[in-house]
Formats: sequence, C-alpha cells, structure tokens
Amino acid sequence: MTAPQESSAAGAAALTIAASVRSGERSALEVVKEHLEVIGQRETEVHAFNLVTTEHALAAATAVDQLVAQGEDPGPLAGVPVAIKDNLCTRGVATTCSSKILEGWVPPYDATVVTRLAAAGAIMVGKTNMDEFAMGSSTENSAFGPTRNPHDLGRVPGGSSGGSAAAVAAGFAPISLGSDTGGSIRQPAALCGVVGVKPTYGTVSRLGLVAFGSSLDQVGPFANSVAEAALVCEVIGGHDPADSTSIPQAFPAVSEHLSDGVAGMRIGLITEMMGEGIAPDVALRIRAAAEALAAAGAEVEEVSVPAVTYGLSAYYLVAPAEASSNLSRYDGVRYGLRVDAPTTGEMMELTRTAGFGDEVKRRIMLGTYALSAGYYDAFYGTALKVRTLIRRDFDQAYERFDALLSPTSPTTAFAFGDKTADPMSMYLNDVCTIATNLAGHPAMSVPYGLGDDGMPVGAQVLAPALGEVAMFRVAAVLEGSLA
Amino acid sequence: MTELTSPDRTDGARITTEEVAKVAKLARLRLTEEELTRFTSQLADVLEHAADLDLLDLEGVEPMARPIPLANVFREDIPGPILNRDEVLAVAPAAEDGFFRVPPVLGESE
Repeated sequence: MTAPQESSAAGAAALTIAASVRSGERSALEVVKEHLEVIGQRETEVHAFNLVTTEHALAAATAVDQLVAQGEDPGPLAGVPVAIKDNLCTRGVATTCSSKILEGWVPPYDATVVTRLAAAGAIMVGKTNMDEFAMGSSTENSAFGPTRNPHDLGRVPGGSSGGSAAAVAAGFAPISLGSDTGGSIRQPAALCGVVGVKPTYGTVSRLGLVAFGSSLDQVGPFANSVAEAALVCEVIGGHDPADSTSIPQAFPAVSEHLSDGVAGMRIGLITEMMGEGIAPDVALRIRAAAEALAAAGAEVEEVSVPAVTYGLSAYYLVAPAEASSNLSRYDGVRYGLRVDAPTTGEMMELTRTAGFGDEVKRRIMLGTYALSAGYYDAFYGTALKVRTLIRRDFDQAYERFDALLSPTSPTTAFAFGDKTADPMSMYLNDVCTIATNLAGHPAMSVPYGLGDDGMPVGAQVLAPALGEVAMFRVAAVLEGSLA
Repeated sequence: MTELTSPDRTDGARITTEEVAKVAKLARLRLTEEELTRFTSQLADVLEHAADLDLLDLEGVEPMARPIPLANVFREDIPGPILNRDEVLAVAPAAEDGFFRVPPVLGESE
C-alpha cells in the first residue's frame, strides 16, 4: 500500500532540483516557472496560499542562475521552490497570520529561517494559508477561507499549517515551512500524506516567527520525502544569537544517518495512543509500521507513558495563557488594522473585536482567565506541573527506548464543518501530538499508507530532546518499507 | 493581576457569563449577547475537560515554564543592524514626526 501519488505532480524532488541547478543542467528559472504553472492549474481549488509571490520568485531564480553562471555555488537548495507559512516574517512581503488584524502588514525584516533558506538557494513561491494565528487543526479558522485537502477537496488539510502541507501534497513546491505549537506541522502532514517535522525546541530559530505559545512554538519543514525534510532541517536549524531560546549548537547531522537502519534500536509503541479515541483503520496502519520496524531489526515493544493522557488539558491552559500575553500586542497602535475611535482605549477594543476571529478570541479569553489572580494556581500553575510529569514519563520511557511510535492523528482527514461548532472536538485532534510540545521534544509524521476511506495515515516518530538522528533513522526505515 | 471572584458556583458551572464578560473586558474584546452565551458554554467545556488535572497528585512537583534550561543568555554589547524607523512607521496605522500616533489617552475613564 502506498500513499497517493499526485504528490510529485511537479516532477523532481528538492534534492534532484538542487543537484541539476548547481551543475547547470537546469535553470532555476525553468524550475520555478514549472511550479508556478502547477500552482496556476490547481490553486483556485486548493487555496494553499494567501499570496503567490510570482515576481519575487522569478527575480530570486534569476539571481540563483547568475551565481551558477559565475561559477559560484548557490547552496544545497539551489533553485528549490519553497512555500512559507504566513506567520513567518518576510521583508517586503505581506505576512498576515491569516488574520484580519494583520491584513496588509508588510514586515520590515525576515525571519531567520527565511534568511537561511534564501542563503541556501531556495526560492519562495508564496505565503501559505493557516488557521488564524496558528490556532486550529483544520485551516477552517483562516480569515481568508479554508485550504482544501489536495487528495479530496471535500476534506480539510489539517492545521494549523494546512496551506504548507497542501502546497507540498499538490506539487506547488517540493518543500515548505510550517510551525508546530501542538501538532500544527505533524497533523496536517499526516492528513495530506507528506512528511512533517517538529524539531527539538530551541534547535530552529523563532526570530521572525509570529509568537503564539512561546514555550511551545517551533518551526519545521514539510516535504515529500524524509531525506528532503532532513536537509531542510539542517539548513534552517542551528544556533541563532538573535533568539535567546536558541540552543548554542548546530542542528543534529541527520542526513548522513538516513541509511543507518534500525537494527538493534529499541522502539516503543505508546499504549495510551493506540486505544480509545483512535480510529481502528489508523491503529491498524500504525501496527503495520511497528511490524515493519521489527522486520528491519528493531526491538519493538508497547510502552505506557501515562502522563500523556493529561497533555490535552495542560496544553489548553498553557498555550492560551501564552497566547493571551503574546496577542496583547495587536492593539491597533504599531501594525495592521486600526478601527478609529475617540480614545486609545476604545480604539484598541474596537480594533481587537473587529480583527480577531472566534477561535482566537476564545483562546485569548481562556488564557486571560487561566492567568487571573485567584485562578492562576488552579489552572496555569497546575498545567505547568503536569508539564513536568509529562517530561518525567517521557524521560522514563527513553531510558528503555531510543524512539517512540504512535499515530500522528486519531483519524484521517475529516470533512469541512465536522468539528467547527464544537471547539473541544477540534482540540481532540491534537491528542497524539500535544505532549511533544509540552516536553520540548522532537517528533515527525511519516505517511504510512491509507485508511479505509482512501485518505493518508501518518505514523508519528517521537524522540528525546536532540534525538533527531534516531528519529530520522526510524522515519527513513518506515518510508523505505512502503517502497 | 486583576482579581476575579466567582459570583455563584452553586449551579456547578465551570465558568459563568459574568466571568466571561469580565475576562473579555480585561482582554479588550467586546462581545455581543449571543457571543457571550456561546463562548461561556464553549469555555466551560474546555475547563470541564481540564478538570481531569484535579485528580493528579502534584505535591512536590516543580512547575515547568520552558522546555530547555537556558537562562540569562548574554551577548557581547556590540551594535548590530537595527530596524529602519521609516520602514517600520510606514506600515503603522498612523505615524507623525517619527512616532506612532494614537487617539487621546489622557482623560479616559477606565
């Protein structure tokens, strides 16, 4: 069984493109034009982008071709089209977070990850749609309309980085960037049948990533293959002195270990993520993934990580608390929307009321409540202690295992409108991904066949902090076992 | 921090419309009556789910505010590139003489 094949619609993958552009065999301009053509064919129905940056892309491609003509190396991603989530700042190019409150804002600086991609020769083709301020699991919370799943336009692509996942699945770009605060890279990767990586907290700079939950947010890639995702991590990762939460070392050297296999590795299948609440067809694929790892020589066993079951509750106190603080900056003073009023106080209230959508308002209020005097200890304080328990239970599991395995999402892609009326049912989508962010650990989703409805299923590989090498080895074996 | 006091918990509600109205005011959001009712019920659902945390024994457990133990990250005091003021003010809702411009602040009643 294999994942749907339309994902390679634009032809060559990132590594092939970079090799041929570096050698002068193909021009970056030709590659970019091909991808813009694919975007032109399907973007109207998929709506992966808030903005397609055609002129920027053509100019950047021409610059890459000039470097090659001068005998210089444009870098490991030479000429590779990349789609950028619209919560990553791009100098001179509108960045909206799919919110009316930032509509029309043009950042005066680039996010560090955007600078690093450009320095490696990658070419931005557009800013991708998302749930407003990355709050959601379906991209239905975008102020500019939802993104549709390229494999079935009647279903959601997942979220919040739904546009970035759909862009890769539809062949609009071989790679894209998203951000993951509670599963926002991994869950849409699973639902769209692509690879998505949430690296260890602190390994990828957050400078220029519009803040949602600052102790949870992490930038990471989408790609059609594990090898492409590994390369992008190495390009965007590593210490950034401008981000004081950045770990002062290089990103783990994952690419050189992709062929190492899993013989002798110990891999734990998380019991709590294989039972109640997980669709049987999804669980079946994850058991098949576990068998494939065992067949490749790994010791695979079930392991209980009890505290992960409290992750959802802890997350929906911690993340809104941080969000309520981070989003206080949208007050009509310095950027984006302003609704005029006679006084500054009224102006701020009217601006925020008009500019934020319902889900953002819910989370701001939940966070404000959880941080209020009288409730601070009961909610926020308790959630932070549960975070310690989750970390402790993971640490215990990692004494016995090199990596863990679970589903990425409890179901395959669902239909539009299925969960919008009941926020709690939407939050339950994050049940397998959230604990990773609370712990600050890395995890990634790898396509592992199809569910009963013919839609992609993602297997989640989890590892301890800075355990990316083990994580990518497992992911590479899973990918190879389907080929 | 502003003290929130619950008016009446005898109905067992996790959060009341009065509390949501107060929180909205603190967060500078204006809610319609319909929104107030809907958001109260939705926030109550989330808090109801979070009640599972009450069952945990958290005695002696240290809170974890951030995932990595970095603290007091210093750098050399060397001037580097800074944002261009004109570029920043050019995308502001209103600016004047190199400043962000806002409606009157003094004399407001809060």
